[in-house]
Amino acid sequence: METLERILAEHPFFKGMDQRYLELLTGCASNVRFEAGEYIFRAEEEANQFYLIRQGKVALEAFAPERGPIVILTLDQGEVLGWSWLFPPHRWRFDAQAVEFTRAIALDGACLRKKTEDNHDMGYEFMKRFSQLMARALLATRLQLLNVYELNP
Amino acid sequence: MSTNSTPETMMGREPSAPMLPRPCTVQRVRQETYDTFTLELAPAAGGAFPFAPGQFNMLYAFGVGEVAISISGDPGRPEKLVHTIRAVGATTKALGHLRRGDTVGVRGPFGSAWPAAAAAGRDLIIIAGGIGLAPLRPVVYHVLRNRQKYGNVVLLYGARTPADLLYTKELEQWRGRFDLDVQVTVDRASASWHGTVGVVTNFIPRARFDPSETVAMICGPEIMMRFAIQEIEEMEVNTDNIYVSMERNMKCAVGFCGHCQFGPAFICKDGPVFSYNSIKTLLNIRGI
Repeated sequence: METLERILAEHPFFKGMDQRYLELLTGCASNVRFEAGEYIFRAEEEANQFYLIRQGKVALEAFAPERGPIVILTLDQGEVLGWSWLFPPHRWRFDAQAVEFTRAIALDGACLRKKTEDNHDMGYEFMKRFSQLMARALLATRLQLLNVYELNP
Repeated sequence: MSTNSTPETMMGREPSAPMLPRPCTVQRVRQETYDTFTLELAPAAGGAFPFAPGQFNMLYAFGVGEVAISISGDPGRPEKLVHTIRAVGATTKALGHLRRGDTVGVRGPFGSAWPAAAAAGRDLIIIAGGIGLAPLRPVVYHVLRNRQKYGNVVLLYGARTPADLLYTKELEQWRGRFDLDVQVTVDRASASWHGTVGVVTNFIPRARFDPSETVAMICGPEIMMRFAIQEIEEMEVNTDNIYVSMERNMKCAVGFCGHCQFGPAFICKDGPVFSYNSIKTLLNIRGI
Protein backbone atom coordinates (compact mmCIF):
# COMPACT_ATOMS: atom_id res chain seq x y z
CA MET A 1 0.00 0.00 0.00
CA GLU A 2 1.21 3.50 -0.85
CA THR A 3 1.71 5.51 2.31
CA LEU A 4 1.85 9.29 2.27
CA GLU A 5 5.42 9.13 3.49
CA ARG A 6 6.40 6.92 0.59
CA ILE A 7 4.58 9.12 -1.92
CA LEU A 8 6.41 12.15 -0.55
CA ALA A 9 9.74 10.35 -0.66
CA GLU A 10 9.18 9.40 -4.30
CA HIS A 11 8.07 12.82 -5.47
CA PRO A 12 10.88 14.62 -7.36
CA PHE A 13 10.62 17.62 -5.03
CA PHE A 14 11.47 15.57 -1.95
CA LYS A 15 13.83 13.13 -3.64
CA GLY A 16 16.80 12.39 -1.42
CA MET A 17 15.35 14.17 1.62
CA ASP A 18 16.32 12.87 5.04
CA GLN A 19 13.93 10.24 6.35
CA ARG A 20 13.47 12.11 9.65
CA TYR A 21 12.27 15.20 7.83
CA LEU A 22 9.94 13.17 5.65
CA GLU A 23 8.35 11.72 8.77
CA LEU A 24 7.79 15.24 10.13
CA LEU A 25 6.41 16.46 6.80
CA THR A 26 3.99 13.56 6.49
CA GLY A 27 2.10 14.93 9.49
CA CYS A 28 1.29 18.02 7.41
CA ALA A 29 0.29 16.13 4.23
CA SER A 30 -3.04 14.92 2.87
CA ASN A 31 -4.34 13.47 -0.38
CA VAL A 32 -6.51 15.77 -2.48
CA ARG A 33 -8.22 15.54 -5.88
CA PHE A 34 -9.73 18.10 -8.21
CA GLU A 35 -12.10 17.64 -11.11
CA ALA A 36 -11.34 19.22 -14.48
CA GLY A 37 -12.35 22.89 -14.36
CA GLU A 38 -12.28 23.06 -10.58
CA TYR A 39 -10.36 25.96 -9.03
CA ILE A 40 -7.74 24.86 -6.53
CA PHE A 41 -7.31 28.40 -5.30
CA ARG A 42 -8.02 31.91 -6.42
CA ALA A 43 -5.96 35.09 -6.27
CA GLU A 44 -6.21 36.98 -2.98
CA GLU A 45 -7.44 33.98 -1.04
CA GLU A 46 -5.38 32.93 1.94
CA ALA A 47 -2.45 30.73 0.91
CA ASN A 48 -2.24 27.91 3.39
CA GLN A 49 -1.02 24.98 1.32
CA PHE A 50 1.21 23.89 -1.47
CA TYR A 51 0.61 20.92 -3.73
CA LEU A 52 2.71 18.13 -5.13
CA ILE A 53 0.99 17.12 -8.34
CA ARG A 54 0.78 13.35 -8.71
CA GLN A 55 -1.44 13.18 -11.76
CA GLY A 56 -3.16 15.67 -14.05
CA LYS A 57 -2.51 19.22 -15.13
CA VAL A 58 -3.05 22.57 -13.41
CA ALA A 59 -3.13 25.99 -15.07
CA LEU A 60 -1.87 29.03 -13.24
CA GLU A 61 -3.97 31.93 -14.45
CA ALA A 62 -4.26 35.69 -14.12
CA PHE A 63 -7.63 37.26 -14.74
CA ALA A 64 -7.74 40.43 -16.81
CA PRO A 65 -11.23 41.97 -17.03
CA GLU A 66 -10.71 42.96 -20.66
CA ARG A 67 -9.23 39.61 -21.73
CA GLY A 68 -10.57 37.03 -19.31
CA PRO A 69 -8.33 34.35 -17.78
CA ILE A 70 -4.78 34.29 -19.15
CA VAL A 71 -2.82 31.09 -18.64
CA ILE A 72 0.68 31.89 -17.43
CA LEU A 73 1.94 28.40 -16.95
CA THR A 74 0.72 24.85 -16.62
CA LEU A 75 2.05 22.35 -14.14
CA ASP A 76 2.08 18.61 -14.66
CA GLN A 77 2.72 15.41 -12.80
CA GLY A 78 5.84 15.67 -10.62
CA GLU A 79 5.68 19.44 -10.30
CA VAL A 80 4.96 21.70 -7.33
CA LEU A 81 2.14 24.22 -7.16
CA GLY A 82 2.33 27.28 -4.92
CA TRP A 83 4.82 29.10 -2.74
CA SER A 84 2.74 32.05 -1.51
CA TRP A 85 2.09 30.09 1.71
CA LEU A 86 5.78 30.53 2.51
CA PHE A 87 5.93 34.33 2.64
CA PRO A 88 3.73 36.95 4.29
CA PRO A 89 1.04 38.06 3.59
CA HIS A 90 0.30 34.39 2.72
CA ARG A 91 -2.13 35.19 -0.09
CA TRP A 92 -2.30 33.65 -3.56
CA ARG A 93 -1.27 35.96 -6.38
CA PHE A 94 -2.88 33.94 -9.16
CA ASP A 95 -5.72 31.51 -9.78
CA ALA A 96 -4.98 27.79 -10.12
CA GLN A 97 -7.41 25.66 -12.08
CA ALA A 98 -7.30 21.93 -12.71
CA VAL A 99 -7.24 21.58 -16.51
CA GLU A 100 -7.94 17.86 -16.19
CA PHE A 101 -8.67 15.52 -13.31
CA THR A 102 -5.82 16.09 -10.89
CA ARG A 103 -4.56 14.20 -7.87
CA ALA A 104 -2.10 15.84 -5.52
CA ILE A 105 -0.64 15.83 -2.06
CA ALA A 106 -1.55 19.00 -0.19
CA LEU A 107 0.92 20.17 2.44
CA ASP A 108 -0.44 22.40 5.15
CA GLY A 109 1.47 25.68 5.14
CA ALA A 110 0.81 26.71 8.74
CA CYS A 111 1.91 23.27 9.94
CA LEU A 112 5.06 23.46 7.81
CA ARG A 113 5.91 26.98 8.87
CA LYS A 114 5.81 25.88 12.50
CA LYS A 115 7.85 22.72 11.93
CA THR A 116 10.52 24.52 9.92
CA GLU A 117 10.76 27.28 12.56
CA ASP A 118 11.21 24.59 15.20
CA ASN A 119 13.76 22.69 13.14
CA HIS A 120 16.03 25.02 11.22
CA ASP A 121 18.01 22.20 9.62
CA MET A 122 14.82 20.93 8.07
CA GLY A 123 13.84 24.52 7.25
CA TYR A 124 17.15 25.07 5.44
CA GLU A 125 16.69 21.87 3.44
CA PHE A 126 13.18 22.96 2.60
CA MET A 127 14.24 26.46 1.58
CA LYS A 128 17.03 25.10 -0.63
CA ARG A 129 14.47 23.06 -2.55
CA PHE A 130 12.02 25.94 -2.87
CA SER A 131 14.81 28.33 -3.90
CA GLN A 132 15.80 25.98 -6.69
CA LEU A 133 12.18 25.73 -7.76
CA MET A 134 11.82 29.52 -7.79
CA ALA A 135 15.09 29.99 -9.66
CA ARG A 136 13.92 27.57 -12.35
CA ALA A 137 10.58 29.33 -12.57
CA LEU A 138 12.31 32.69 -12.88
CA LEU A 139 14.55 31.39 -15.67
CA ALA A 140 11.58 29.94 -17.53
CA THR A 141 9.64 33.19 -17.13
CA ARG A 142 12.57 35.17 -18.50
CA LEU A 143 12.69 32.85 -21.49
CA GLN A 144 8.96 33.33 -22.00
CA LEU A 145 9.43 37.09 -21.85
CA LEU A 146 12.12 36.91 -24.52
CA ASN A 147 9.46 35.81 -27.00
CA VAL A 148 12.11 33.76 -28.78
CA TYR A 149 9.91 32.60 -31.65
CA GLU A 150 9.06 36.10 -32.81
CA LEU A 151 11.24 37.23 -35.72
CA ASN A 152 11.20 40.90 -34.70
CA PRO A 153 10.06 40.98 -31.07
CA MET B 1 29.37 6.68 -24.63
CA SER B 2 29.29 9.05 -27.54
CA THR B 3 27.99 8.56 -31.05
CA ASN B 4 31.57 9.30 -32.03
CA SER B 5 30.45 10.82 -35.26
CA THR B 6 30.21 14.10 -36.99
CA PRO B 7 26.87 14.99 -38.51
CA GLU B 8 26.18 12.66 -41.35
CA THR B 9 27.42 13.83 -44.72
CA MET B 10 25.60 12.88 -47.84
CA MET B 11 28.14 11.09 -49.95
CA GLY B 12 26.75 10.64 -53.41
CA ARG B 13 23.76 12.86 -52.81
CA GLU B 14 25.25 16.22 -53.61
CA PRO B 15 23.84 17.61 -56.85
CA SER B 16 26.14 17.17 -59.86
CA ALA B 17 25.49 20.74 -61.05
CA PRO B 18 25.00 22.56 -57.76
CA MET B 19 24.42 26.01 -59.23
CA LEU B 20 21.79 24.88 -61.73
CA PRO B 21 18.19 24.98 -60.45
CA ARG B 22 16.12 21.94 -61.28
CA PRO B 23 12.53 22.77 -62.28
CA CYS B 24 10.01 21.27 -59.88
CA THR B 25 6.25 21.40 -60.05
CA VAL B 26 4.08 22.39 -57.14
CA GLN B 27 1.87 19.43 -56.27
CA ARG B 28 0.23 20.86 -53.21
CA VAL B 29 0.23 23.95 -51.00
CA ARG B 30 -0.91 23.59 -47.42
CA GLN B 31 -1.34 26.53 -45.05
CA GLU B 32 0.12 25.45 -41.71
CA THR B 33 -0.38 28.67 -39.73
CA TYR B 34 -1.25 32.28 -40.56
CA ASP B 35 2.32 32.92 -41.82
CA THR B 36 3.68 29.46 -42.56
CA PHE B 37 2.89 27.08 -45.40
CA THR B 38 4.13 23.78 -46.79
CA LEU B 39 4.98 23.23 -50.45
CA GLU B 40 4.97 19.74 -51.88
CA LEU B 41 7.05 19.58 -55.04
CA ALA B 42 7.95 16.95 -57.61
CA PRO B 43 10.79 17.14 -60.16
CA ALA B 44 9.24 18.32 -63.46
CA ALA B 45 11.35 15.76 -65.34
CA GLY B 46 10.12 12.99 -63.04
CA GLY B 47 12.20 10.80 -60.77
CA ALA B 48 13.01 11.11 -57.11
CA PHE B 49 14.86 13.64 -54.97
CA PRO B 50 16.78 11.69 -52.33
CA PHE B 51 17.89 13.59 -49.26
CA ALA B 52 18.89 12.98 -45.67
CA PRO B 53 17.10 14.41 -42.60
CA GLY B 54 18.45 17.86 -41.83
CA GLN B 55 19.50 18.83 -45.35
CA PHE B 56 18.19 21.87 -47.17
CA ASN B 57 17.46 23.08 -50.70
CA MET B 58 17.72 26.46 -52.36
CA LEU B 59 14.26 27.31 -53.68
CA TYR B 60 14.10 29.79 -56.52
CA ALA B 61 10.95 31.86 -57.00
CA PHE B 62 11.55 32.89 -60.59
CA GLY B 63 12.14 36.59 -61.01
CA VAL B 64 12.14 37.22 -57.27
CA GLY B 65 14.97 35.37 -55.60
CA GLU B 66 16.37 32.28 -54.01
CA VAL B 67 16.14 31.16 -50.40
CA ALA B 68 17.51 28.28 -48.33
CA ILE B 69 14.74 26.08 -46.94
CA SER B 70 15.10 22.88 -44.91
CA ILE B 71 13.53 19.78 -46.32
CA SER B 72 10.67 18.77 -44.05
CA GLY B 73 9.35 15.68 -45.81
CA ASP B 74 9.83 11.95 -45.42
CA PRO B 75 13.26 10.74 -46.55
CA GLY B 76 11.63 7.37 -47.19
CA ARG B 77 9.42 8.97 -49.85
CA PRO B 78 11.89 10.88 -52.02
CA GLU B 79 9.37 11.31 -54.83
CA LYS B 80 7.74 14.03 -52.73
CA LEU B 81 9.89 17.02 -51.96
CA VAL B 82 8.41 18.89 -49.00
CA HIS B 83 9.38 22.29 -47.58
CA THR B 84 7.72 24.26 -44.81
CA ILE B 85 8.24 27.98 -45.22
CA ARG B 86 7.55 31.00 -43.05
CA ALA B 87 6.60 33.98 -45.21
CA VAL B 88 8.83 36.75 -43.92
CA GLY B 89 10.55 38.29 -46.96
CA ALA B 90 9.98 38.93 -50.66
CA THR B 91 11.10 35.47 -51.81
CA THR B 92 9.27 33.45 -49.18
CA LYS B 93 6.14 35.52 -49.77
CA ALA B 94 6.45 34.87 -53.53
CA LEU B 95 6.78 31.14 -52.80
CA GLY B 96 3.61 31.47 -50.75
CA HIS B 97 1.75 32.71 -53.80
CA LEU B 98 2.58 29.59 -55.82
CA ARG B 99 -0.27 27.27 -56.65
CA ARG B 100 -0.60 23.68 -57.84
CA GLY B 101 1.03 23.29 -61.26
CA ASP B 102 3.38 26.27 -60.87
CA THR B 103 7.11 25.76 -61.26
CA VAL B 104 9.85 26.52 -58.78
CA GLY B 105 13.61 26.12 -59.22
CA VAL B 106 15.34 23.79 -56.77
CA ARG B 107 19.05 23.43 -56.07
CA GLY B 108 20.15 20.80 -53.62
CA PRO B 109 20.08 18.91 -51.41
CA PHE B 110 22.87 20.59 -49.52
CA GLY B 111 24.55 20.35 -46.16
CA SER B 112 25.09 17.89 -43.36
CA ALA B 113 22.39 15.71 -41.83
CA TRP B 114 21.20 14.70 -38.39
CA PRO B 115 23.08 11.58 -37.23
CA ALA B 116 19.92 9.50 -37.39
CA ALA B 117 21.70 6.26 -38.34
CA ALA B 118 24.50 6.73 -35.79
CA ALA B 119 21.89 7.28 -33.07
CA ALA B 120 20.42 3.80 -33.57
CA GLY B 121 20.47 1.73 -30.40
CA ARG B 122 20.18 4.77 -28.17
CA ASP B 123 17.47 6.97 -26.73
CA LEU B 124 16.68 10.03 -28.77
CA ILE B 125 15.53 13.41 -27.54
CA ILE B 126 14.37 15.74 -30.27
CA ILE B 127 13.78 19.35 -29.21
CA ALA B 128 12.15 21.77 -31.61
CA GLY B 129 11.17 25.39 -31.24
CA GLY B 130 8.89 27.23 -33.66
CA ILE B 131 9.63 26.47 -37.28
CA GLY B 132 12.58 24.40 -36.04
CA LEU B 133 10.25 21.42 -36.13
CA ALA B 134 10.41 21.45 -39.94
CA PRO B 135 14.05 20.31 -40.29
CA LEU B 136 13.50 17.75 -37.52
CA ARG B 137 10.36 16.21 -38.98
CA PRO B 138 12.37 14.04 -41.43
CA VAL B 139 14.18 12.56 -38.40
CA VAL B 140 10.84 11.66 -36.84
CA TYR B 141 9.74 9.99 -40.10
CA HIS B 142 13.03 8.11 -40.26
CA VAL B 143 12.79 6.99 -36.65
CA LEU B 144 9.18 5.85 -37.00
CA ARG B 145 10.12 3.89 -40.11
CA ASN B 146 12.92 2.21 -38.14
CA ARG B 147 11.35 2.36 -34.70
CA GLN B 148 12.76 -0.94 -33.45
CA LYS B 149 16.30 0.37 -33.86
CA TYR B 150 15.92 3.08 -31.21
CA GLY B 151 15.33 3.16 -27.48
CA ASN B 152 13.01 5.76 -25.94
CA VAL B 153 12.17 8.53 -28.39
CA VAL B 154 11.04 11.87 -27.02
CA LEU B 155 9.86 14.81 -29.10
CA LEU B 156 9.58 18.12 -27.25
CA TYR B 157 8.06 20.94 -29.25
CA GLY B 158 7.46 24.55 -28.26
CA ALA B 159 5.81 27.38 -30.14
CA ARG B 160 4.73 30.91 -29.34
CA THR B 161 0.96 30.33 -29.25
CA PRO B 162 -1.42 27.50 -30.20
CA ALA B 163 -1.96 29.28 -33.54
CA ASP B 164 1.76 28.93 -34.30
CA LEU B 165 1.92 25.14 -33.93
CA LEU B 166 2.98 23.30 -37.07
CA TYR B 167 1.76 19.90 -38.27
CA THR B 168 -0.97 19.71 -35.64
CA LYS B 169 -2.70 16.66 -37.16
CA GLU B 170 0.55 14.76 -37.34
CA LEU B 171 1.44 15.76 -33.78
CA GLU B 172 -1.90 14.36 -32.64
CA GLN B 173 -1.20 11.09 -34.46
CA TRP B 174 2.29 10.85 -33.01
CA ARG B 175 0.97 11.56 -29.52
CA GLY B 176 -1.39 8.64 -29.92
CA ARG B 177 1.48 6.20 -30.38
CA PHE B 178 2.73 4.13 -27.47
CA ASP B 179 6.32 4.16 -28.70
CA LEU B 180 6.79 7.91 -28.96
CA ASP B 181 6.65 10.49 -26.17
CA VAL B 182 5.44 13.75 -27.69
CA GLN B 183 5.16 16.87 -25.52
CA VAL B 184 3.88 20.12 -26.94
CA THR B 185 3.87 23.50 -25.23
CA VAL B 186 3.23 27.13 -26.06
CA ASP B 187 4.67 30.24 -24.46
CA ARG B 188 1.31 31.94 -24.15
CA ALA B 189 -2.31 30.95 -24.47
CA SER B 190 -5.83 31.87 -23.50
CA ALA B 191 -7.86 29.69 -21.15
CA SER B 192 -9.43 27.93 -24.16
CA TRP B 193 -6.12 26.11 -24.72
CA HIS B 194 -6.11 22.87 -22.74
CA GLY B 195 -2.53 21.95 -23.46
CA THR B 196 0.71 22.87 -21.74
CA VAL B 197 1.86 26.46 -21.29
CA GLY B 198 5.50 27.21 -20.58
CA VAL B 199 8.85 27.08 -22.30
CA VAL B 200 9.89 23.90 -24.08
CA THR B 201 12.96 23.50 -21.87
CA ASN B 202 10.64 22.83 -18.88
CA PHE B 203 10.00 19.37 -20.34
CA ILE B 204 13.63 18.29 -20.36
CA PRO B 205 14.09 17.33 -16.67
CA ARG B 206 10.88 15.28 -16.81
CA ALA B 207 11.52 13.53 -20.13
CA ARG B 208 12.21 9.80 -20.00
CA PHE B 209 15.62 9.00 -21.41
CA ASP B 210 18.85 7.48 -20.23
CA PRO B 211 21.34 10.37 -20.24
CA SER B 212 24.30 8.05 -20.70
CA GLU B 213 22.76 6.57 -23.85
CA THR B 214 20.98 9.52 -25.40
CA VAL B 215 21.45 11.51 -28.56
CA ALA B 216 19.91 14.99 -28.55
CA MET B 217 18.90 16.85 -31.71
CA ILE B 218 17.87 20.47 -31.30
CA CYS B 219 16.56 23.05 -33.73
CA GLY B 220 14.99 26.41 -33.03
CA PRO B 221 15.96 29.98 -32.28
CA GLU B 222 19.58 30.09 -31.15
CA ILE B 223 18.72 31.38 -27.70
CA MET B 224 16.24 28.55 -27.17
CA MET B 225 18.85 26.02 -28.28
CA ARG B 226 21.35 27.47 -25.82
CA PHE B 227 18.99 27.04 -22.88
CA ALA B 228 17.95 23.58 -24.07
CA ILE B 229 21.61 22.54 -24.21
CA GLN B 230 22.15 23.83 -20.66
CA GLU B 231 19.26 21.69 -19.42
CA ILE B 232 20.50 18.65 -21.29
CA GLU B 233 24.00 19.13 -19.93
CA GLU B 234 22.51 19.33 -16.43
CA MET B 235 20.93 15.95 -17.09
CA GLU B 236 24.48 14.74 -17.81
CA VAL B 237 24.00 13.86 -21.44
CA ASN B 238 27.44 13.55 -23.04
CA THR B 239 27.99 16.75 -25.04
CA ASP B 240 29.47 14.63 -27.84
CA ASN B 241 25.91 13.42 -28.38
CA ILE B 242 24.24 16.82 -28.74
CA TYR B 243 23.53 18.13 -32.25
CA VAL B 244 22.11 21.44 -33.34
CA SER B 245 20.99 22.93 -36.63
CA MET B 246 22.27 26.43 -37.26
CA GLU B 247 20.83 29.11 -39.47
CA ARG B 248 22.47 31.99 -41.31
CA ASN B 249 21.73 33.82 -44.53
CA MET B 250 22.77 31.47 -47.32
CA LYS B 251 23.37 32.39 -50.95
CA CYS B 252 25.45 29.94 -52.97
CA ALA B 253 24.90 26.91 -50.68
CA VAL B 254 28.24 25.39 -51.68
CA GLY B 255 30.74 27.36 -49.61
CA PHE B 256 31.88 29.83 -52.29
CA CYS B 257 30.29 33.11 -51.34
CA GLY B 258 30.88 33.26 -47.60
CA HIS B 259 27.46 34.70 -46.75
CA CYS B 260 26.81 32.00 -44.19
CA GLN B 261 30.22 32.04 -42.56
CA PHE B 262 30.08 31.00 -38.91
CA GLY B 263 33.56 31.43 -37.48
CA PRO B 264 35.78 29.03 -39.39
CA ALA B 265 32.79 27.11 -40.77
CA PHE B 266 30.25 27.68 -43.49
CA ILE B 267 26.73 26.79 -42.44
CA CYS B 268 25.82 25.66 -45.97
CA LYS B 269 28.74 23.31 -46.44
CA ASP B 270 29.84 22.26 -42.94
CA GLY B 271 26.32 22.49 -41.48
CA PRO B 272 23.52 23.20 -41.03
CA VAL B 273 23.71 20.29 -38.58
CA PHE B 274 26.72 20.51 -36.27
CA SER B 275 27.80 18.53 -33.29
CA TYR B 276 27.48 20.89 -30.34
CA ASN B 277 31.09 20.33 -29.32
CA SER B 278 32.32 21.47 -32.71
CA ILE B 279 30.68 24.91 -32.40
CA LYS B 280 30.27 25.33 -28.65
CA THR B 281 32.97 28.02 -28.39
CA LEU B 282 31.41 29.97 -31.27
CA LEU B 283 27.92 30.09 -29.78
CA ASN B 284 28.91 32.57 -27.10
CA ILE B 285 30.92 34.88 -29.33
CA ARG B 286 28.88 37.90 -30.24
CA GLY B 287 28.76 39.07 -33.82
CA ILE B 288 29.58 35.73 -35.42
